[in-house]
Amino acid sequence: MQQQMSQHVSAGDARGDSVTQFLTFVSNGEVYGVSILNIREIVSYGNITRVPMMPDFVAGVINLRGSVVPVVDLALRFAQEPAARTKRSSVVILDVMYEDEEMEIGITVDVVNEVLDIRASEVEPAPSFGTKIRTDFISGMGKVDNQLLVLLNIETILSVEELSAISER
Amino acid sequence: MSDENLQIFAEEAEDLLAVAEQALLHLDDLDNPAETEDGVGDLFRTFHTIKGAAGLFGLDPIVNFTHIVESVLGNIREGTLAMDQNLVSLFLLSRDHLENLVGAALAGVEQLDDDLEKVDSDLVGKLNDYLGKSAAQEQESNGPATSSEADPDAPEGVASTNWHVSLRYGPNALQNGMDPASFIGYLNTLGEIEHLTLIDDAIPPWTEFDPENCYLGFEIEVNAPDTTKEALEEVFEFVMDDCKVAILPPHSHIEAYKKMIAELPETDMRIGDILLACGALTDREKDDVLNAQDRLADEAIAGGEDESVPQLGSIAVGKQVVQQEVVDAAIKKQSDLKSQRENAMQTVRVNSRKLESLVNLVGELVIGSANAELNARRLADANLNEAMENLLRLVEEVRDTTLGLRMVQIGETFSRFKRVVREVSRDLGKDIDLRISGAETELDKTLVEKIGDPLMHLVRNAIDHGIESPQVRRDAGKPATGTVFLEAFHDSGSIVIRIRDDGGGLSKDKILNKAIEKGLVQAGQQLTEQEIYRLILEAGFSTADSVSNLSGRGVGMDVVRRNIETLRGQVEIASEEGKGSTVTIRLPLTLAIIDGFQVRVGDTQYIIPLDMVDECLELNDALRSGDSDANYVNLRGEILPFMRLSDMFDAERETHDKHRDHIVVVKCAGKRAGFVVDELLGEHQTVIRPLGKVFQNLREISGSTILGSGEVAMIIDIPEMVNKVIASGQLDFSPSGAVH
Repeated sequence: MQQQMSQHVSAGDARGDSVTQFLTFVSNGEVYGVSILNIREIVSYGNITRVPMMPDFVAGVINLRGSVVPVVDLALRFAQEPAARTKRSSVVILDVMYEDEEMEIGITVDVVNEVLDIRASEVEPAPSFGTKIRTDFISGMGKVDNQLLVLLNIETILSVEELSAISER
Repeated sequence: MSDENLQIFAEEAEDLLAVAEQALLHLDDLDNPAETEDGVGDLFRTFHTIKGAAGLFGLDPIVNFTHIVESVLGNIREGTLAMDQNLVSLFLLSRDHLENLVGAALAGVEQLDDDLEKVDSDLVGKLNDYLGKSAAQEQESNGPATSSEADPDAPEGVASTNWHVSLRYGPNALQNGMDPASFIGYLNTLGEIEHLTLIDDAIPPWTEFDPENCYLGFEIEVNAPDTTKEALEEVFEFVMDDCKVAILPPHSHIEAYKKMIAELPETDMRIGDILLACGALTDREKDDVLNAQDRLADEAIAGGEDESVPQLGSIAVGKQVVQQEVVDAAIKKQSDLKSQRENAMQTVRVNSRKLESLVNLVGELVIGSANAELNARRLADANLNEAMENLLRLVEEVRDTTLGLRMVQIGETFSRFKRVVREVSRDLGKDIDLRISGAETELDKTLVEKIGDPLMHLVRNAIDHGIESPQVRRDAGKPATGTVFLEAFHDSGSIVIRIRDDGGGLSKDKILNKAIEKGLVQAGQQLTEQEIYRLILEAGFSTADSVSNLSGRGVGMDVVRRNIETLRGQVEIASEEGKGSTVTIRLPLTLAIIDGFQVRVGDTQYIIPLDMVDECLELNDALRSGDSDANYVNLRGEILPFMRLSDMFDAERETHDKHRDHIVVVKCAGKRAGFVVDELLGEHQTVIRPLGKVFQNLREISGSTILGSGEVAMIIDIPEMVNKVIASGQLDFSPSGAVH
């Protein structure tokens, strides 16, 4: 992601300014953005089967048209209180590369907002401290209407090493 | 030739080479001359078939090489050369080389690379040594007896030292796809064509000339002292139907030439001149032949022989060119080939990807039918439910048949090791016998492919580290020949593969010291026997004092364990110092679809492989033997450890009044354990879906499945769980525990 960003920046230098599209959504009251290049699809929340002995933030698995896809509870991943589920709760299915293999992982969100165009020049690097979530979860801060939007680093949030750690009981 | 045909050739060659390897290994432990003869016959046929096919594709390196192998085999078959261990080894190496050549041909390599070239010339040299040796032997044994017969000065024999081949293509040869020149080219690989005369007498006047017909004939002199009549005949095997061939060995009787000339359509004089020109006959011989011509023709007609269909064998036998046995052998060979072909017809080659997609489709079918059944039951329509039941039964049969397609016997994998054992034990100067049992045990093809390498490591380990040298064995009062047992059998939904040796066994102290040295365990740490043995499965562990090129680099066992664990299997090691060791591998039978037993724990549904379920009981006070917190029950006098899945899986324990606990008793590797669940839901056809990398460290769950309702259920890994339950039970059975 970081690399992708810098590519955009350099591309922007060459021919004005490149634009990346971000999907924004709400998790526990905060708005976050994820590059739509990472997004496979969005499904409504429901029928998550819990998988025992996994870390809390691994909510379980869902049946996505016949394939079994793991789902991560984003609020718990951010070490926050579990979010209340509403009719608008959704699961955003993302493509993640791991060991040269593309895999699908879902994240739970409270509400999906919109798709925003953000210019590479309007993306600031993540602050080194003072954020509500782990700084390595953030790929950058996008300026939208004079407000800062947290752009998520999917690779670290959905790091298979961390997800696959068996919880200590 | 198209790539597709070449691919087919390569596949067939691969099969044939596998057959050849089997035949060779079979020969190795045979002292029985009759069976050896059969074996050599098999080998000869196999190599010959490869040569023939390769010849059609113009794969000269393969043809040339196979030819030499075949010549040596031919000598063995004729009894001029005796089969021995060294020859078997040489043939095995030749077989490997051929495999590489076929691979190179498939890759479209025209020019062999240096390595292959070197191996090629190396092997050819060694094989030629044998050819020379056999010729010498022949001279020794048969020399005096045959010399008078073969004497070129004898009145009936001609002086020429060349083979004479008389060839007339039939008119249909071109239409049948035969290239006249290719056969002559191939002939040239067997020897040197000294002289060739084109016979174009058959070409009709141009007005009658049909460009699709072949009118050509050849008289060829071949200088090939090492070849046999059979080998030359084989050159023309494919055109036998379309052409007339006469092959005369060097120093053939004049009568043979006479006969041949009589059968040729051209005038006798012309043929006589041609033969003279070729150097096949001397002037005097030519006259002899031609003078006797009329008499011979008369005889032939009087003899009632059907001259229009020349039968090479009968002519040859008649002229004492070949022995009756040779003809018999050729006929036998033809019928063998035919029966082989018939056997081959009974199997169909299917692209494994097609099979894969069929299995996936059946998986979908199973899930779909489960969904339909769920909805049918909800409707409570008797007719619909009955129809549904029929359908489900069929689906189950389709499923079993489809999965059966992927099942293969493990024997093929096992027999690969015969060779490993043979070679490795020779290298090490050990005498080792490999005994195989349960070769007919079936398992999933994908498993077979993945289990080959780990097994190879284990077998090599058993030979290298396990079995002692003959001297050590004798000193220990054991038979000098060590034995490695390879066993396979089914055990409650698993396949068990066991590699056992009667060697030195594992030294616990040695392992422990090494582990401490490598920092794998702390000095003074107490480990159970099983834990100590398991140390050798750790990365970078090796107790071999010297590193040999076979094993001892400490990568083997680590790889073995990881490979087996990715297949959801388990490795167990047992050993007795001085008596030998046993490595037991337990693998799930299939990676696709199983019969499952569905249970509910909390709000989640789980599947237990049905094969492992022994019985289901209601957990009541009578069973509990008083202590309500104990995690074992007294089941008909047997102590059965059990575990609440709700505790283990961190689900809420249901405690309301109506609730009854059920125990599912499972059996695995002879051990029994119980799991307490909230509800028994019955049998369920389970299509296994892998859970993916995120759940790679989760050993208690072996996969997932999609239920008829569309929900996902976890499949419990019973062997793993049973060990867990027993481990926790042992804690309770310790002296301080409450054992009555």
